[in-house]
Amino acid sequence: MSGARRLAVRAEINGRAVAREVEPRRLLSDFLRHDLGLTGTHVGCEHGVCGACTVLLDGEPVRSCLLLAVQADGHAVETVEALGGEQGALGPLQEAFRRAHALQCGFCTPGILTTITAFLREHAEPTEAEVRRALSGNLCRCTGYQHIVDAVLAAARSRRDG
Amino acid sequence: MKPAPFDYVAPRSLDEVLEVLAERPDDAKVLAGGQSLIPLLNFRLAQPTLLVDVNRLPGLDGVAVASDGELRLGALARQGRLERDPHVAERAPLLAAALPHVAHPQIRNRGTLGGSLAHADPAAELPAVALALDARLRLARRGGERWVAARDFFRGLFATALEPGELLVEVALPPPPPRSGFAFLEVARRHGDYALAGVAAAVTLDERGVCRRARLVLLAVGDAPVDAGVAAAALAGGPLDVERIAEAARHAAESEIDPVGDIHASADFKRHLIRVLAARALAAARLRAEAA
Repeated sequence: MSGARRLAVRAEINGRAVAREVEPRRLLSDFLRHDLGLTGTHVGCEHGVCGACTVLLDGEPVRSCLLLAVQADGHAVETVEALGGEQGALGPLQEAFRRAHALQCGFCTPGILTTITAFLREHAEPTEAEVRRALSGNLCRCTGYQHIVDAVLAAARSRRDG
Repeated sequence: MKPAPFDYVAPRSLDEVLEVLAERPDDAKVLAGGQSLIPLLNFRLAQPTLLVDVNRLPGLDGVAVASDGELRLGALARQGRLERDPHVAERAPLLAAALPHVAHPQIRNRGTLGGSLAHADPAAELPAVALALDARLRLARRGGERWVAARDFFRGLFATALEPGELLVEVALPPPPPRSGFAFLEVARRHGDYALAGVAAAVTLDERGVCRRARLVLLAVGDAPVDAGVAAAALAGGPLDVERIAEAARHAAESEIDPVGDIHASADFKRHLIRVLAARALAAARLRAEAA
């Protein structure tokens, strides 16, 4: 059927130029995971509610399950894989999550890390209420959120303190 | 789940989009922000054969103030951008108040004003705001265009005045009259969920503080946003005191809606929410009008 016609996607994924051909119906989340092997992006509900698949599109957090891969053509995408430090070390936000016990099963964590990465770029000194609002689009079924909030506030403090 | 196969085009000009929509009026589906459409595709509740992605159209996401003071919003303007726009905050405070209730920040970064209006979900915030503000909507088609008032645009459950081949391209909001105030309130099980019930209120006072005009639009309690016109009209010509507001809210809840209960809220509970929210919203709108 004609829907199987493949279209070109040229995008910058985690700072690297990527070119692939995909079916138009390929979701960005599946493109990242299956075509590029970037399995850090998790797929939960596939209808925009859970937030696990959140990635940064041109720096803004978006649901990768609610974008077609072809829509990323010509754009920059950052996934959780871009947030680590040198040589497999944790990045500062990830380290703050580890220290504060901000994850248990870890399924929601990639979407929260990407969401908060964008949030901290715009909020150097967030209040707890602002952090909770920023997290409102990400479901976590393990932690009760308190340790996530603690981790985000700690990460913001250490960013400020350098 | 994954979408069924479809053809996909992403034209770079409005003329091309309108050409495609004119040639394929029955099977083409417009993809704007996709925050409602792609879930429908993922669940295969919608299986269009052709998606026309309008995200690459230049100039359709603008925010501008016309010479007559009208706020002109491009249909592709992202909700998150409108939420932060100073013109929206100044000239359409009701829209600014409603936007934070639209799903989550990640959704608003993609979701568009026009997409929400064209989708016409009865529980959505932006159709109610458009109706309460007497918005006008510009619908383009190959070889022409027309303006439609919001009150004529929303026709029912996910149904609008858009004809096959037409594209919503612009939304015009009239400038708020002096001494006007607005309020948007809703109740959802969690912030960002679809509302169980919600209210958009707009009031205009005269120099003595008497209500000149009130608008009360209710969401999630009908097939489309409900204009509680009788309750609102009864407020004109008198003070917006507690008793008259309570009476308007009671009338709206008892006589102007016929809500259908669901797993989250019974019909009675929805009426209760409308009565409480309408009274609070009208009172808040009055305070803001007095301060304006």
